[in-house]
Amino acid sequence: MRAFIPGYQLITPESLDQALTLLAQEPGRWRPFAGGTDLMVLLEAGKLPHKNYVNIWSVQELHGISVTDSTVKIGALTTYSEIQAHPVLQLEFRMLCIAASETGGLAIQNRGTIGGNIVNASPAADSPPALLAYDAQLELVSTKGGRRIPYSEFHRGYKEMDLGEDELLASIYLPRSDTKLIQYYRKVGTRKAQAISKVCFAAVADVRDSTIETVRIALGSVAPIPLRCKATESFLEGKLIRESFIELAQSELGREIAPITDVRSTKEYRLQVSQNLLEEFLRSFNTLRYESPISL
Amino acid sequence: MNDADKNLMGASAPRKEGRKKVTGAALYIDDISFPGMLYGVTVRSPLARGRVNNISFTGDLPWDEITKVTAEDIPGENYVALILNDQPYLAKDIVNHPEEPLLLLAHENEYLLEKARRSVRIEIEELPAVLNLEDSLNRKHVIWGSDNVFKSFLVNKGDVDQAWSRAAFVIEGTYETGAQEQLYIENNGVIAVANERDGVTVWGSMQCPYYVHKALVKLFNLPEEKVRVIQTETGGGFGGKEEYPSLIAGHAALLAWKSGRPVKVIYDRAEDMVATTKRHPSRTQHRTAVDANGKLLAMEIGFVIDGGAYCTLSPVVLSRGTIHAAGPYYSPNVRIRSSAVATNTPPQGAFRGFGAPQSIFALERHFDRVAKTIGLSPEEFRRRNFIRRGETTATNQVIQEEVDLSALLDRALNLSNYYEKRERFEKENSHSKIKKGVGFASFMHGAGFTGSGEVYLASVVGLEASADGLVRVLSASTEIGQGTNTIFCQIAAETLDLPYESIEITQPDTSVVPNSGPTVASRTCMIVGKLVESAALSLKQTLIGSGLLREGYSPAEFKQACADFHKRFGPLRATSKYQPPENVFWDDEKYQGDAYGAYAWAVYVAEVSVDMYTYEARVEDFVALQEVGKVINPVLAAGQIEGGVAQAIGFTLFENVVWQDGRMVNNQMTNYIIPTAADIPPIHVYFEENPYPFGPAGAKGIGELPMDGGAPAILNAIENATGISFTQVPLMPEMLMNGLGRSE
Amino acid sequence: MDYSITPIAVSLTVNGQSQTVEAFPMERLLDVLREQLRLTGVKEGCGEGECGACTVVFNGEIVNSCLIPMAQVDGSEITTIEGVALADGQLNRVQQAFVEFGGAQCGICTPGMVLAAMNLLERNPHPSESEIRDGLAGNLCRCTGYMKIFEAVLHACESQKEDTLPQN
Repeated sequence: MRAFIPGYQLITPESLDQALTLLAQEPGRWRPFAGGTDLMVLLEAGKLPHKNYVNIWSVQELHGISVTDSTVKIGALTTYSEIQAHPVLQLEFRMLCIAASETGGLAIQNRGTIGGNIVNASPAADSPPALLAYDAQLELVSTKGGRRIPYSEFHRGYKEMDLGEDELLASIYLPRSDTKLIQYYRKVGTRKAQAISKVCFAAVADVRDSTIETVRIALGSVAPIPLRCKATESFLEGKLIRESFIELAQSELGREIAPITDVRSTKEYRLQVSQNLLEEFLRSFNTLRYESPISL
Repeated sequence: MNDADKNLMGASAPRKEGRKKVTGAALYIDDISFPGMLYGVTVRSPLARGRVNNISFTGDLPWDEITKVTAEDIPGENYVALILNDQPYLAKDIVNHPEEPLLLLAHENEYLLEKARRSVRIEIEELPAVLNLEDSLNRKHVIWGSDNVFKSFLVNKGDVDQAWSRAAFVIEGTYETGAQEQLYIENNGVIAVANERDGVTVWGSMQCPYYVHKALVKLFNLPEEKVRVIQTETGGGFGGKEEYPSLIAGHAALLAWKSGRPVKVIYDRAEDMVATTKRHPSRTQHRTAVDANGKLLAMEIGFVIDGGAYCTLSPVVLSRGTIHAAGPYYSPNVRIRSSAVATNTPPQGAFRGFGAPQSIFALERHFDRVAKTIGLSPEEFRRRNFIRRGETTATNQVIQEEVDLSALLDRALNLSNYYEKRERFEKENSHSKIKKGVGFASFMHGAGFTGSGEVYLASVVGLEASADGLVRVLSASTEIGQGTNTIFCQIAAETLDLPYESIEITQPDTSVVPNSGPTVASRTCMIVGKLVESAALSLKQTLIGSGLLREGYSPAEFKQACADFHKRFGPLRATSKYQPPENVFWDDEKYQGDAYGAYAWAVYVAEVSVDMYTYEARVEDFVALQEVGKVINPVLAAGQIEGGVAQAIGFTLFENVVWQDGRMVNNQMTNYIIPTAADIPPIHVYFEENPYPFGPAGAKGIGELPMDGGAPAILNAIENATGISFTQVPLMPEMLMNGLGRSE
Repeated sequence: MDYSITPIAVSLTVNGQSQTVEAFPMERLLDVLREQLRLTGVKEGCGEGECGACTVVFNGEIVNSCLIPMAQVDGSEITTIEGVALADGQLNRVQQAFVEFGGAQCGICTPGMVLAAMNLLERNPHPSESEIRDGLAGNLCRCTGYMKIFEAVLHACESQKEDTLPQN
């Protein structure tokens, strides 16, 4: 344990307003602290230079999942366990439930939050590719009010995001769909459970009469940010599904991602596996690959 | 000992200290605190090799409150007494590996202490370092001794040189294994109390209290009775706490000596992984001559292991790896040349198997290659060459017991549905993105110390009975999860005709227990357990001989007899000292003769699947069949096999030490991957029993055996699944991908 | 507002007993349990939320206590391994099964593993082996190879004795 604990402050605001006021008062001084499953690990490794945190765990407005006809709204402080337990998410947003079930072990899932995962901005995070494939929107709030942005525009560079120092991520919105979408999620990690991903692939497709009407493909661990692969999507959209263009799509993907070699894996592996998963995704259109329902 | 009414041998008596462990009452070293205790930390070298020019203390910290210890403060010898005594407790001016200890600090506030550790500035001038086996062998720089070689062996049987020209086939191969971290879930830790007047007392997580004792005697230049070492509940060892605790204990004791206060040194996971010993990386070269009938004519083996910066136990690891290198086969001609060499990396050390997993991996991979080359199935090639009673091993040991390895192999292949699966997978693989395969490894593991090692150890066990009839076992053998406490109590109870519950284990404390040798080498049940049995017999005979007890007594009568004995004669105690079996000969110079008293024999079969999209290999099913003399406690014995197989699976597919400039950079559990409950296949364990006359109830040692066969069985299965031969472990998906790519 | 870093008072219920402790806001729950409350059954294996040796039950759910800062503990209910034996000191069915079926070897992962197993059975009284594997995937064991832990949990399911985490 390598932190000088007495040097860290973690204060608990009485309300969302108070939390936002604090963030606005001294921009950059305070950072939010949610479930702690990322920040405490950095703390204990002696790698948390920032010292002042505001404990937003108790802010009620940031918890809870609510459903309308068109949208599911997920509070930023929703835990991975809560995500997996929600019936509408299980039915309509299964990839997010799978991602939540593969993030750490149960003890992590009980404390880790979707908002913390997004704002921690690791390119290897498990939920962001699913959120990108679902075309999620984020709601950011501050003392100045709230704003909504597409999640695909949130990450700008490695650990750089469209989030002001005075802003908090409040909610994630997932648009519901009437059409039956093909959903494919696969995380390739260092082992079967409790693993950081080497490649993470999430995609949805609307396929009618063997034609790809729309497709959204997102990958983790192959770029400085969780990446929507729009060039690959453009290549595939409107096309009749044929064996011959799988390789072309793979080349397109290969040009779009930027994997690196690090302590967990190599650039070559990440590239090849990303392309293989694209192939597996495209081939799944015939068999409509579904995972069995998530149950705790 | 007669057979009637005996039912403890072969019974799964519940774990002696089990209740403590499931209620959180078991006290490990970090659970213990002393009044006035300070915490201690180690300041370590940032470079692989260098000259330290200056150490300064920076930052706004109360440095005068902080105890500092350097090499200058050592009262006795600045080396860890082991084999060659080359490893300093604290480096003086030259450092030889990253994380080498330079300086020790202590203070009562752990947070402040950590800050202090980070505020020490070390001015160090870099020296050229040797960071891998090749560079060491080629003497890119000489960094140890005159030639970087800690130790070499030459084993010569027959005359291999005349075999090559006669052979129908000559097959070569090179095989490599990487480092492996023991990753006991309890980190290394020690508490020490030390001063000139009273001496040194150390409590800690360890396997060998007397090793630590010997080392501290030299470090402090104290008489033996002024050093006391006590083992606390130990959360896993696997060899990682065989010799390493001598170093951390010395550090804590030096801080205690200087500060006058008790000092606790506990590593966090990052430190434990980066600084302590690991399994020796290895490279084995095979050259094998086979005749037209598939019989072995000659085996020439070159075996090299990377020992890190200091000698530690490398000669003994090398020894075991060398002796096991030719496996359970008969070859008339064998030559094994082996060496352990130095690199500027943290010293490697003991880890379950101790050289054998490395050389057996090479052999069992190579023999599948030999079989393929000459056109025999892997199993048929083995059958034609398995050693039998009356035949000689590579060291010319004559196998005395009746061993039928062909039958063992056949049984293992049947139990695992090997043939059916092989046939089915061949058909299914052609139209599946998941390729499946089966493979096996046949091997043996010698238990106890090599050759005359047990004679040299001269182990002693004591047994005493109180006036209340409570019997205590006195030995230095430690419980580290493998079941020492339980087995010893079973053996004593069985021998004394008493209930299991009435036998207790004395906490291993060098001021109380005799030296029964280290808890290593799969010797605890076979060698020390036998001493428990004979001490118990001796105690029984003492009571009967004194006329206070008659054969066929009841526990109540035993209790009464103890009371009477105490009143009449005083303490009731028996000791037993190791006696080697007769007709065991070993030539340490020529490395010839009876290397081990007993071998356990095994065949392991692995079923794997390889995902061709992600190149991940998974073990789907595993059969572990072994002949072990006698199973004393089925639950414990199976537990040893299952645990060892899990570690072997980790060694093969998951555990990759990533080195950079001689340092392990993935020293966190997040990035050094051991299998979780979701990664382990069903492991099916089967035992056969061919009693070893000199083991308790016929038992042979089994602790390390399960580490030996997993890696080659799995890689043989991967070759069956993919057609590609891989020759190194760990085999990560990235390497599998490269191998598959090259074949397209 | 005064933001200087001083220890805070935290009220918590541990194994049914109300306590108030003083701790730094970022101090780990693990350290407070072990050092202030002397509940040394909770272990530190990795300090990074990977091994599960520090598992405790926190407001009904299992968590890694090495990742919980004290500022988030006020008003919480915590159960450690010291709090799960039956009222008369007898081992509960999971603990008993671990002892009998070899679920514990060196014992350092055992407190966390037992709590995780109890929590699993509370949520799913008759898990399949695959569900047991997933339920325990966050608790690393280096000794057993997990097989006897699965056996112990399966046997605990079959046991007739009615017990859940004690209601104190």
